[in-house]
Amino acid sequence: MSKWIQLAILAALIAILPVFFPSGYYYRIGALVFVNGIAVLGLVILIGFAGQISLGHAGFAGIGAYACALAPEQFGLHPALALLLGAVLSAGIAALIGRPILRLKGYYLAVATLGFGILVAMTIQNERALTGGPDGMAVEELGLRDLLRDLGWRVSGGEFWYGVCGIALLIGAWIALNLRDSPTGRAMRALHGSEIASRTLGIDVARQKLVAFVISAVFASVSGSLLALQNRYITPDVAGFMHSIELVTMAVLGGAGSVMGGIFGAAILTLLPQVLTVLADYEQVVLGVIMVTVMIFMPQGLLPSIARRLRRTRK
Amino acid sequence: MSLLDVSGLGITFGGLKAVDDVSFAVPAGEIVSVIGPNGAGKTTLFNMISGVYLPGRGTVHLNGVEVTGQTPDKLAPMGLARTFQNLQIFHEMSVLDNAVAGFHLRERGSVWADLLGLPSVRRRATFARDGAMKLLERVRLGDLAEEEAGNLSYGQLKRLEIARALAVDPKILLLDEPAAGCNAVETEEIDALIAELAGEGIAILLVEHDMKLVMKISNHVVVLDQGRKIAEGPPEQVSQNPEVIAAYLGADGEEALHAEG
Repeated sequence: MSKWIQLAILAALIAILPVFFPSGYYYRIGALVFVNGIAVLGLVILIGFAGQISLGHAGFAGIGAYACALAPEQFGLHPALALLLGAVLSAGIAALIGRPILRLKGYYLAVATLGFGILVAMTIQNERALTGGPDGMAVEELGLRDLLRDLGWRVSGGEFWYGVCGIALLIGAWIALNLRDSPTGRAMRALHGSEIASRTLGIDVARQKLVAFVISAVFASVSGSLLALQNRYITPDVAGFMHSIELVTMAVLGGAGSVMGGIFGAAILTLLPQVLTVLADYEQVVLGVIMVTVMIFMPQGLLPSIARRLRRTRK
Repeated sequence: MSLLDVSGLGITFGGLKAVDDVSFAVPAGEIVSVIGPNGAGKTTLFNMISGVYLPGRGTVHLNGVEVTGQTPDKLAPMGLARTFQNLQIFHEMSVLDNAVAGFHLRERGSVWADLLGLPSVRRRATFARDGAMKLLERVRLGDLAEEEAGNLSYGQLKRLEIARALAVDPKILLLDEPAAGCNAVETEEIDALIAELAGEGIAILLVEHDMKLVMKISNHVVVLDQGRKIAEGPPEQVSQNPEVIAAYLGADGEEALHAEG
């Protein structure tokens, strides 16, 4: 499907879904889906395109989140600029650690990235004086909503963040789709298929991996920043191991090789726990069973498998 | 001066001299074949020339420039391309994208342009796409361009690897058993294609088990046995060489000689 059709469907869904929201609470969940979706898009690029695993990407989300919490408080930086600062910082750190780490393959790479994520989470937890430690810290208001109000456009906090995160997700999806069919994206997918063949075609494998790692770090960082800004409060959980695992699971379950698949995975795994709360004690069990079943029968992820099945029946 | 000059090349794996003191040259527009029994070191030799292995001894010159130990991604821009004995296809990409990937050096630009989908990206992509399509048609895979590469037959994948290698715009092409697993008709086609490429001035280094193919199209044959070069020369001469027949050809040699008529 062409890039613009995919983006149009995503935009239409984001715009139309609120019609079915029974209460304002659903805007919050929607925004959470989008925020997770942005981080997952980064992993689609890293895992799905370039074939490199990271179990520490929540570390970059943590950097983005705490940049938005700390920079305004410490240096009086505007929160929007703090988001940019977090992204630049994440890109820089990713470029620095990516060089040695990406020489590793498979589970060695998984463990190394895992270590990075834990390092960031520990730092945030231990710097109590600065970050409030495990209790977390407050985040300054972005201020954009007041600006809209002054312009005569009154929106609730939920609606506002639904819109902002929705637009951010659209931009992220546009970038990921651009990349996918560009020379850089093709080189990433090629090295995923065969590193040795890619090298004989003149592809600088180490560089392409690093580019994928840096881009995915920026996506995770922006996701963390948006989470901090909309919640107005942030705890070290954003950088935690569980969050890293969640993000990877979303990407793989939805279909890591596909941009829309990743977003779909983020939506499913953000919404399912909400839906399954009716099962009370069995929530986790059912969630686990669903995930295992999907991976057994649809190893390429939900969306690509469904799309393939539809194509086959049409033939 | 030849396009490819290999001199005294050798490598040792755990005390075993897999390739020992091998020298030969491949001039532009000529087809040079490397033959020898299994384990003679043919693919190892290929891997050293193409930068996959670091040679232990000896030198490789490409167009007069020493490239010994250069990595494959540095050799590709200098005009060296190769295929693989055990296929190295990008299985989850389309057939077309496999071939387009071969245009990497000529279609790449800034990462920023790629992320933002700038018009320059589309221009470069169209150029690569058209070129890839022509190459696919040349190896008779044009109809399958949109197919996922993983769905192709072995013989088709062999041809796809050739198309992808040609996308690099090579001056010298290393083909590692291009006809392995192909039926008689497919072998003829590959045979014709290789001759055609040599006719265009590309130097071709070939590893092949199909003796008929080797004897028919090669200008020059290098015979390896246990890592050492035991003979080289025009195909007629090599196939008469008693040492070659004794050391390697054996029953196959009889067959090859009969095929030669």
